[in-house]
Amino acid sequence: MTSGQKFFDEMRGINDVTRAPYDAYASWFQSEDPKGLIKEAKEAEAFFRRTGITFNVYGQADAEERLIPFDIVPRIISSKEWALLAKGIDQRVRAINAFLYDIYHRQEILRAGRVPKELIARNEAFLPMMMGVEPPGGIYTHIVGTDLVRTGESEFFVLEDNARTPSGVSYMLENRETMLQMFPELFSSIKVRPVAGYPTALHASLAACMPPDPSPEPTVAILTPGIHNSAYFEHAFLADNMGVELVEGSDLRVRDGRIAMRTTRGYKPIDVIYRRVDDDFLDPLNFNPGSLLGVPGIFDVYRAGRITIANAPGTGISDDKAIYSYMPDIVEFYTGENAILKNVPTWRCSEPESLAYVLDHLAELVVKEVHGSGGYGMLVGPAASRKELEQFRAKLQAKPGGYIAQPTLALSTVPILTKAGLAPRHVDLRPFALFSPNGVQLIPGGLTRVALKKGSLVVNSSQGGGTKDTWVLEDD
Amino acid sequence: MLLNIGHTSKYRFEHPVHYGLQQLRKTPKSRSSQAIRNWTIEIEGGRIETEFTDHHANDVTLISFDPSATEITIQCRGLVETTDEHGVVGKQRGCIPLWLFQRSTELTRATPNVRRLTKGLREAHDNDIALLHALSARIIDAVRYEIGQTDTATSADTAIERGSGVCQDHAHIFIAAARAMDFPARYVSGYLMMDDRTEQDATHAWAEAHIDGIGWVGFDISNAMSPDDRYVRVATGLDYGEAAPISGLRFGAGSEALTVDVTVAQQ
Repeated sequence: MTSGQKFFDEMRGINDVTRAPYDAYASWFQSEDPKGLIKEAKEAEAFFRRTGITFNVYGQADAEERLIPFDIVPRIISSKEWALLAKGIDQRVRAINAFLYDIYHRQEILRAGRVPKELIARNEAFLPMMMGVEPPGGIYTHIVGTDLVRTGESEFFVLEDNARTPSGVSYMLENRETMLQMFPELFSSIKVRPVAGYPTALHASLAACMPPDPSPEPTVAILTPGIHNSAYFEHAFLADNMGVELVEGSDLRVRDGRIAMRTTRGYKPIDVIYRRVDDDFLDPLNFNPGSLLGVPGIFDVYRAGRITIANAPGTGISDDKAIYSYMPDIVEFYTGENAILKNVPTWRCSEPESLAYVLDHLAELVVKEVHGSGGYGMLVGPAASRKELEQFRAKLQAKPGGYIAQPTLALSTVPILTKAGLAPRHVDLRPFALFSPNGVQLIPGGLTRVALKKGSLVVNSSQGGGTKDTWVLEDD
Repeated sequence: MLLNIGHTSKYRFEHPVHYGLQQLRKTPKSRSSQAIRNWTIEIEGGRIETEFTDHHANDVTLISFDPSATEITIQCRGLVETTDEHGVVGKQRGCIPLWLFQRSTELTRATPNVRRLTKGLREAHDNDIALLHALSARIIDAVRYEIGQTDTATSADTAIERGSGVCQDHAHIFIAAARAMDFPARYVSGYLMMDDRTEQDATHAWAEAHIDGIGWVGFDISNAMSPDDRYVRVATGLDYGEAAPISGLRFGAGSEALTVDVTVAQQ
């Protein structure tokens, strides 16, 4: 990306004029003393340390637990912009669910030739054991965190559909809590839609997906891999705020045909389990036999219709990066409508012509592993050294099917507060959608990730990104 | 033919087991070649937790061990009326696509050893059934039937290397080779009444390949024939792992000893 390129700034547009959604905030900011704000920002960090939000960073030897930096300038979205995103995500979540039902039943979309059979047949994320299973309420993806980026006034793209176990929602909640504590006056003058209802909404949404014959006291619980997991804080946070038990595999057993947790008053059956354990580790009796994190037999109880697993096993086939490029077809196939939210144009390196193009234009493209996540193992062409490019070229040639490539998008910026005042940095957005037989519920807000390094396009917290509070404004 | 089947598996554990689960794929289903007149499963030292149908349409029973069990016995009994369909099982049922049966598994990799067994077969045979019988004959020539040389974790490739194996090794080799020739293929576990005896050595295993226009056809490689009315089909899967009569997991130290008693007799 050339240094002279103009990016769309969500606060100042492309003409350096404050955009309407930021009007009220901008005039408040002007009346504030910047030095005072910087001091407050430091206090915010102290607040985070107190509440204990940390994030384990893989690949960083010096810091096992690290604070994700928080920036105090909110990311603001107008109600009209949000309405469009909400409609698009609603459509996408329903399409993903319909796709999953189809893939694990009659596979009409493969018979119709709209998605190539090989893409499913050779995909490690496809779980044959789910074939013919009827998930309670017909719901596969109870929680979806769609990663969006913006490149202009009304240009939004879906970067990724996270339909396995999307994380980050605790930051959405804690960032808001922090802002409310630091700047209560802002929230009385600017009408921001609340996000605090998320844990209650999640509980209600999960409870609406009970198995057909629930236990006398229908119970929801969260299954965590344990304290060594990078998102353990979030698991504990959600359990706390939902008022449900946080359990580990070793707390659970099969009892009377159900999954039950050990309590001080004996075993208590669980009806809905919100699991934050990956498919492979979920059940050593059925999946990876070496897993110590899982619950033996839980998939059997699931197949017998006596527990709901959220999200359902096997949903990875819908957010796989190789499937991603077919999402416009998938949306069209199941809804009969064009996709409201656009996909980023994607080259599938498994296709020889695409591979040739990608190898020729490596320095301009972003190349990602089909099964990767968290920003690991990806190449950002414009930021890569010659050596990195050559190393990646070799990787691509060795295993082309393992990669996709996308153009380097001109991601929008939102200012962050620096010692020198406001400075634009690139952002993305992950809103959280809940899906139950009652419909799709999108929480007005989300996780805004921001690349703190000037010019950087990688927003992942594991790669040095930070977060912002995300404001969705009430109707004007 | 009316077959009276008894199948008892008894595990003895060196130390008491705190907690354990087993999946049983021990319930045969009625189909054109077999009508299940009655069938029961009884557990001693454990209990039935739940039942479900897996993706291969097998009826599966999940059992748990009694706390601190030192023994668990699973006893199946039943009466099955069979008819000779010459190995033809028919169309694929359920929603699993046929292409899934072309996926190789750890136990059924198409290694050079496996591919060597398929060499020239296509050219020599116009007819798929004749081709697959020829494959079956090559396998029993290359890997003689011998008990105790292999176990349930032995791959098709290893069994070929050894040159000996049992019915389940023969089935794995056949499946691997058939898939290498683009036939969908699967593993079958079940019972066989051997003509000369009532007490059988063990449960039996064979393979099925899917042939266009006919559907699934069974091949008992160890006995060089297609199943007839002495066979009872119990469970199917991509390999032994998915069709095993018992697969389990237990928490507790120490070894275990298994004794199996299978009787198949004509009523």
